Amino acid sequence: MSDTIQSGPVLAADGTPLKRSLQRALRRQKMRALLLIAPLLAFILITFILPIGDMLFRSVENEIVSETIPETVDRLADWNPDVSALPDENVFNAFYVDMFLAQEKKEHTRLGTRLNYELTGVSSLFRKTGRRVTRFDTDIYAKQFIALDPAWKDPQTWSALFDVSSNRRALPFTTRSWDRWGNYLRGEGKNPGEEDIEDFLFSALHEDLTRLESTDGVDPLIAAATQAVGGFETVSVRDQFLDIDKDWGRQDVWRIIQVYSPPFTTGYFLNSVDLQLGVDGIKTRSEDQRIYIVLFGRTMFMSLMITFSCLLLGYPVAFLLSNLPLRTSNMLMILVLLPFWTSLLVRTSAWKVLLQQQGVINDVLVWLRIVDDANRLILINNQTGTIIAMTHILLPFMILPLYSVMKTIPPSYVRAAKSLGATDWTAFWRVYFPQSVPGIGAGAILVFILSIGYYITPELVGGTTGVFISNRIAYHISSSLNWGLAAALGSILLILVLALYWVYDKIVGIDNVKLG
Amino acid sequence: MTDPKHMVRFENVQKSYDGETLVVKNLNLDIAQGEFLTMLGPSGSGKTTCLMMLAGFEPATHGEIFLNDRPINNVPPHKRGIGMVFQNYALFPHMTVAENLAFPLQVRGMDKDEQKKRVERALSMVELPQFGNRRPAQLSGGQQQRVAVARALVFDPELVLMDEPLGALDKQLREQMQYEIKHIHENLGVTVVYVTHDQTEALTMSDRVAVFNDGIIQQLSPPDVLYETPQNSFVAQFIGENNKLDGQVVEVTDGLCTVKLDDGTVLKADMVNVGGVGERTTISLRPERVELDPAVDMENMVDGTIEESIYLGDHIRVRMNVAGNTGFIAKVRNRGDRRHLVPGDSAKVGWAASDCKALDPVT
Repeated sequence: MSDTIQSGPVLAADGTPLKRSLQRALRRQKMRALLLIAPLLAFILITFILPIGDMLFRSVENEIVSETIPETVDRLADWNPDVSALPDENVFNAFYVDMFLAQEKKEHTRLGTRLNYELTGVSSLFRKTGRRVTRFDTDIYAKQFIALDPAWKDPQTWSALFDVSSNRRALPFTTRSWDRWGNYLRGEGKNPGEEDIEDFLFSALHEDLTRLESTDGVDPLIAAATQAVGGFETVSVRDQFLDIDKDWGRQDVWRIIQVYSPPFTTGYFLNSVDLQLGVDGIKTRSEDQRIYIVLFGRTMFMSLMITFSCLLLGYPVAFLLSNLPLRTSNMLMILVLLPFWTSLLVRTSAWKVLLQQQGVINDVLVWLRIVDDANRLILINNQTGTIIAMTHILLPFMILPLYSVMKTIPPSYVRAAKSLGATDWTAFWRVYFPQSVPGIGAGAILVFILSIGYYITPELVGGTTGVFISNRIAYHISSSLNWGLAAALGSILLILVLALYWVYDKIVGIDNVKLG
Repeated sequence: MTDPKHMVRFENVQKSYDGETLVVKNLNLDIAQGEFLTMLGPSGSGKTTCLMMLAGFEPATHGEIFLNDRPINNVPPHKRGIGMVFQNYALFPHMTVAENLAFPLQVRGMDKDEQKKRVERALSMVELPQFGNRRPAQLSGGQQQRVAVARALVFDPELVLMDEPLGALDKQLREQMQYEIKHIHENLGVTVVYVTHDQTEALTMSDRVAVFNDGIIQQLSPPDVLYETPQNSFVAQFIGENNKLDGQVVEVTDGLCTVKLDDGTVLKADMVNVGGVGERTTISLRPERVELDPAVDMENMVDGTIEESIYLGDHIRVRMNVAGNTGFIAKVRNRGDRRHLVPGDSAKVGWAASDCKALDPVT
């Protein structure tokens, strides 16, 4: 008996392993803890984490192409641009069907906008095509089928034909097109059995029939049409497209559609770092289109500048506060916290008033004859403005952690250093400063991370040279509506912050960071 | 002017923090070379302030402090060359023990080899030779204490200040450290100014003790004198245990005075700090000088009632009602033949006139 106790796991009094007993005993506590945080957890999950996750997912999502023009995407996969300069008639047939349906659903402009990110001009090409795709000369197919048998004119005939599976198998392309058309009509509250048959359906039917090898088991109507279709007059859909715009004869337009066919893409991320996944692989963008790397660099640089100037201004203040008697320091602390109680917009607007060329600061400098009236300083709508305003706004975030750390450094350390023969400076630098480093770390991290994602202040005082990457993200979210790119930029920013945090942890050690 | 033997001299020093009250009132104090002087007093008595003024962390409001006959009021702390041990040791937490010890040598620009030698010597002096690479947080309280002492001594200061250095230690360790500090003082011959509120510590270690109260030195004497002949009621109360008997002087003869207590009992007492006939006085009497039921008649014999007796091993503490004072304490040595001290029994107590001191009245 004693052997088993020694070799096996430690047992509780009732014979169950001690570990399991302990776990059971702690489970209730854990459940309680979980219940206590459950409301907040659910709230955060639903209102914050899921939407952000969805947003970030948009940075790689590219289903719009395959959803809007599925037939084209399908057939384009076989096209090898090295063999034939342009996709063959099949692709154009499919594209005709896709485009017709897309313009009915008014989705073609969205797709055009999406592809325009990758190739300029595609947007207007799609718009133009959408307007004219309904007026193709493909009506000759309709006329010929109806001449063959007037029953083709009747939508009821079509409804009946495509309810039968053997017919559906024989005419796959037409079936898919008919189904999509029917779905669209039903979505609009219409009955496909009552709407006129559009030209694109006859065009699809024509293509299917020319390919049909065996008419076994299909409807006689189809069988008859199959016989006749060989003698039909045909029209080139490709020519129709080229008629609308000769750009449809450009290989790169089709290549872009092909490259961006898959449901997921790295395109947005490549865009975010000034690269482009174009027709011939990944390339850097042309000089005048490179903005994001510069913007990321500038965001980092300005955040560092802001962090540094916050430290420079905040350290002495925190030092003073922590060495004053409590009554006085509490009073001064209110002054430090005062900005928190004022609206961010008000503070930023105040800086606008102060910094502009006809503003208070310039007026005073001119009045003091430090600055010539003709050469007033440009302090706003540039980096200087952003750095000044944001330093002011973020200063409390530096002072508070510094203060709370400095408050815990007993004055006896500096006294001891001085009694041991250190000058005021040595005592500060060798003894006080190292002990305040955790506060610097906390303050710097806080200010840096806050400023790297700041938006309102740079927007208002930054002009064009003083804006951050976040302003660009906001622009893509609300103005250009390129959410994918915004999501990719946001993801990169997030990764950047996490990476910096990791580096910081490696160098300074996050355990050394004290917020109070 | 000043005695060359004197290392530190306070001359009419006053200190006020708020401009309304004086924390230190007109302090005059000479500290001799190689002396171990303790400033003893309750908290708020001004003893730490005196130490801080000497160290240079607080400026004197008035008066002058001399170090080796040089006025140091305007000398910054780091140029005074005074070693100091702080209450919480103030070992720099971000440095190792060796770096802590090397700090005062570094700032003096000493070369590395010499630094190393001195650090090793200091560490072996406090018997911690293997601890150089540890951080202060990895040491026990007693070890930190020793490092703090070693750091205050490593740069060979002539004067070392200690501000309640043993306050954070437990009783046993405190006693051990008292002896160690005492021995270091004796071996090195440095002058030590020691601040404490613990009278045992003061009596154990010091050459002289300055008892502070209310910003004034109440008495400055060697420990035995302090205990045997307190100069006033405060010192008598503060040092050791003490019985107080209030009364009025009725007669004065040859340094002895006859005092009539408030209940009519008449006692003879050594006249130490009292006015003439008719003045109020408080008689101070050490409990161990009281004889319970003395075999022979003594100069002072009073009837009393036993209120309570506490067995303390080597002696028995008897609380009695004597001359209307219910808090009268007598310490009875524990001899085998001790009789039962039963509360409620009456007993005679007696003591010599020279053992009780007529001091200033306690109001």
